[in-house]
Order: sequence, then C-alpha cells, then structure tokens
Amino acid sequence: MTGAAPGPMARPALDLARGVREGSVSAAEVVERYLGAIGEVDGELHAFVTVLHESARREAAEVDNKVAAGEDPGPLAGVPVAVKDNMCTRGVATTCSSRILDGWCPPYDATVVQRLRAAGAIVIGKTNLDEFAMGSSTENSAFGPTRNPHDPGRVPGGSSGGSAAAVAAGLAPLALGSDTGGSIRQPAALCGVVGMKPTYGTVSRYGLVAFASSLDQIGPLSTTVGESAVVFDVIGGQDPLDSTCLERPVPRSASALDDGVQGLRVGLVTELVDGVDAAVGARVREAAEALAGAGANVEECTIPELRHGLPAYYLLAPAEASSNLSRYDGVRYGLRVDADTAEAMNAATRAAGFGPEVKRRIMLGTYALSAGYYEAYYGQAQKVRTLIIDALATAYQRFDVLLGATTPTTAFALGSKVDDPWAMYLSDVCTVPSNLAGHPAVSIPYGADDSGLPVGVQVLAPALGEPVMFQVAAVVERSAPRLAPPRVRAGTAAS
Amino acid sequence: MADDGGLTRDDAAYVARLARIDLTDEELDLYAGQLATVLRHAAQVAALDTEGVEPTAHPLPLRNVTRPDEPRPCLDRAEVLAQAPAVEDGRFRVPPILGEAL
Repeated sequence: MTGAAPGPMARPALDLARGVREGSVSAAEVVERYLGAIGEVDGELHAFVTVLHESARREAAEVDNKVAAGEDPGPLAGVPVAVKDNMCTRGVATTCSSRILDGWCPPYDATVVQRLRAAGAIVIGKTNLDEFAMGSSTENSAFGPTRNPHDPGRVPGGSSGGSAAAVAAGLAPLALGSDTGGSIRQPAALCGVVGMKPTYGTVSRYGLVAFASSLDQIGPLSTTVGESAVVFDVIGGQDPLDSTCLERPVPRSASALDDGVQGLRVGLVTELVDGVDAAVGARVREAAEALAGAGANVEECTIPELRHGLPAYYLLAPAEASSNLSRYDGVRYGLRVDADTAEAMNAATRAAGFGPEVKRRIMLGTYALSAGYYEAYYGQAQKVRTLIIDALATAYQRFDVLLGATTPTTAFALGSKVDDPWAMYLSDVCTVPSNLAGHPAVSIPYGADDSGLPVGVQVLAPALGEPVMFQVAAVVERSAPRLAPPRVRAGTAAS
Repeated sequence: MADDGGLTRDDAAYVARLARIDLTDEELDLYAGQLATVLRHAAQVAALDTEGVEPTAHPLPLRNVTRPDEPRPCLDRAEVLAQAPAVEDGRFRVPPILGEAL
C-alpha cells in the first residue's frame, strides 16, 4: 500500500475520447500512436492475430469528419478497441485462433462491433485467444501463445489473453473479451487490468462465435473500473438478432461509480479466498478491510455448493461445445480436407482443423451426452447448476455483493500446465460460479504477489446487479496498492 | 468403460466416431487417459444427492421469442458462397453422402 492518497487515476480511454470530442487531439493521431505501439512491442507479446491498419485509419477519419462538422462523435470517439478474434468483423478474417476457420471472412459484423463503432470507437485489431475460447492461458492458439506483459516467460491467462495483454501493455486503451468460465476476468487478473463479465442476456451474442451458449457473455477489459462501466453501457441492451437477450432494460452503470459503499453489505466468500495462494488471499482480505474502512458491512460467509462449480462446469461447457462445434464440417466455410464420402471428409477436416484442447473438450462433451452416461454426467451437472444458483440466491438475501479472489494463483510459466488438463482447468475455480448462475462479476487489479505479478480481486453481484457491482469495484480500485508498470509496454503510447 | 473406471481406447474410438473426428491410436490413448482424469473429478458431482432438484439448462427463464413475419434483407448469396470450400450451381458441393457415385 502506498501511504499517500492516490492522485486522480489515468483513464486512457475516457481521456482520449474527451480530447477527440474537444478537438485537442484527432482520432487519426490517436490511431497512429496506437498502431505505432503495436508495431513496437507486439512482436514480443503476440497479443494480436490481425492488426487493422487501413480500416482503423478509415474509421478515425470518419470520427474526425464528424468532429469537424460539429456532429456528436459518440462517447468513445476515436478510442481504439482491441476485439477478441471470436467476434465477427465483416470482411476481416475472424479466426477463433483455429486452423479450421482458415480463410474465413464473416459476411456480417457482431452487434457489439456495430455498437462500438456507433459510439465512435475504432476497431484497431483482433486479439489472440485459446482456440474457440477453450483454455486459461492462450497457449491453445493455433498461432502461438500470447505473453504476459509483466513477465514474458509467463502466460497472460485466457482465453481472452490477447485482449488482456493488449490493454496491460498500452497497445489499446480498451478491449472486448468473452467469458464462458472466467475468460475475461482470469486474464484481466493475471495481466493487472480490469475485466468484467456482464449478466447473461445483457450483451448481444450475435456474431460471437459460440462456445457454450448458456454460459458465453461478451464484456470489456480496461485500465480502470469506470471505463469498463462506460463500455458496458455502450454494448449492452436488447438486440432482435439475439433471442437470448433480456427484454428488460439493462441498468446504466457508469453513473453509480462515485456513490461509495456506506452501509452496503459485502460477503467475503470463504470458498473464494481459502485455498488460493497465500499472497492472493492476503490481497483479497486487504480489499475486504478497505471496504469495511470505507463504511461497508463486511462479513465472511460460506457457500459450500461453490465447490461443485468446477466439475459441473467441465461437464456442461464441453457438452454445449460439442454440439456448437458440430457446425465445423468442411461444407460451408473454412478448412476442408477432401475424402471419398461426406462423413470421411467431415472427420478428416475436423482432425486437421482442431487443436488438442478443442478435440479434448469435444470428446469430453460428446461422452457426457452419450447414451448411458447422459443422466449420470450431463443431467446431474444441470441439477448441480440449480444448487449453485439457489445457494447464491440465499447469499444475496444477506449481501449486496460478494467478494473473493479472481484466480487461485498469479500468472504461471508458459508450458507449465499444458500436459495436465485438470491443473489448467483449476485456474477457473473462482470464476465459473458466476457463469453457471448467469450473474455479473468483475476483476479489479489489487497489487502484486512477492514476485511482482498482478493479483485480481473479484466482486460478484446478482443478476442485473451491475450498478452496485461497479460501485463497490470503484472503491476497491481506489484502495488498491499500486502495481509496477508491465515490463513490456509501449514506450510512446497512451502517455 | 473399463472395470477400473478408466476409459479404454475402444471407448475413446467410439466417442471420436460420434464426434466425427479422425484420431490416431496415439491420440485415442492420450484422450482416454485425460478424459478419465476429468471424469474422476466429475464423480464428485455424480455422487451428490439431487433428489427433487430441477435441472437448469439456461440461466434465464426462456420462452419462445418471435418477431413479425416480415421480409427483410438476408446475407448475400454470392458473398456467403465465396466462403465455401466447393460450390456448384449456386450451392455447397460435398462428396457423396450415401457412399455412391452420383
């Protein structure tokens, strides 16, 4: 902890948008600065799969024209955003970091991409991920791993590792990720940035390549809590193109940020703090003390059902994935390996196109859904999902928000878990409950471990509890120990 | 499943066929072992008493969503077919489905 009162936080995205709106900097200059930063350090980090030099410059010119014409360029005017490469961008390769989508350029934009552009943001590039978002380290990318800006020998987390590394290293002030079991929050924690998974149904999944449809949700990564709240307000809301979007209005979140935590009830969840690495647990308890010091009523609570979350998740998510990924059959797009019959062509294409983790998940999901095992595994996991939802509902009768670690460890070494799938899956143990329940949660950087690696603290809220979640997250952020800047970062960007 | 609760190579081969993925014997052995590890952890879930608990398939109370049946633009056929590995007469071309030459 620093003794001095923290000064005003740099909010790169919102500061840039203000500058562009006021005309003190052009969107074109901003884009050049970030393209330069990417050119400078992304060879080492590999956060991006595709950098969109030309279209970013074109979009910047459109924003600058609006400013010159006196039109409102939007709340994110001229702000570069890095988009995880499992969200469709019309005419631009969308790879999911998989060989099986080789050469595919979607004929449409994801709704979130349209909404970002309508708000004046500029899509600067597509970021690396674990193939089809399956993984916790970004090592499962067909294009090679992304490296953690705080220590390039370590993973950035995953599956939105490229998005988290890009924001941490100053290669983009904002990013989008997708979170099926922690894939926004876990890499945010490991890279020392803010990452938020919204309530299921608040952000359209149209144009998000599906992994596990009842769990997937798109959300923001940013340097500060306030910036994630603004992005959530921009991308959230009903979409006729996604029938699983909530019909109710999405609560606006950015306005609640300064309300403080006086009198709010915060539950420190034993299951999300015991059993994690000592340094991580210590930071979470410091955050709890800081909230108490700011006037919240903090109490430790136990939700034993959360212990069943991980095994239930690793039956449900692969089962849904095995169904969703049946569409990659070599017929309509992407890779085809020719064979004499359609079935042989399907099987050869999928063998050549999918990497080891995707094959493993499809096998696991197919098994969990197969005759004779369906009830024992998939059916039972669906019932356990109900138990977890009910247990969280009971907890939220006593508490406004819950607090815990985002991840059990800080960033681990590249290659250290690739041969042991269950060890890798354990990275998601603190994050999967929110996906199973469809609830929002956010990871906030909170200092470091003894090696200087970032630690994330997680604030969880009930469905549509984003305003109170951000309100608490903002207080956590203000009390957080400062984190040393990443070792690998843009020298000229964002400063 | 094998008697020891593990998965045999034949089990894995059966699942791979259901999933339409050609796997080598080496891959089958690898995945049989790794799936068995995950399923051992899943046994924790399988052993829970869930008598009377309703399953949850989805976090939202879903119902059918409809929209007015009005014509609207759809994706451009040429643009969509341009993404396909093989096309003939404005359609996707695939190898024989029934194992016969057409």
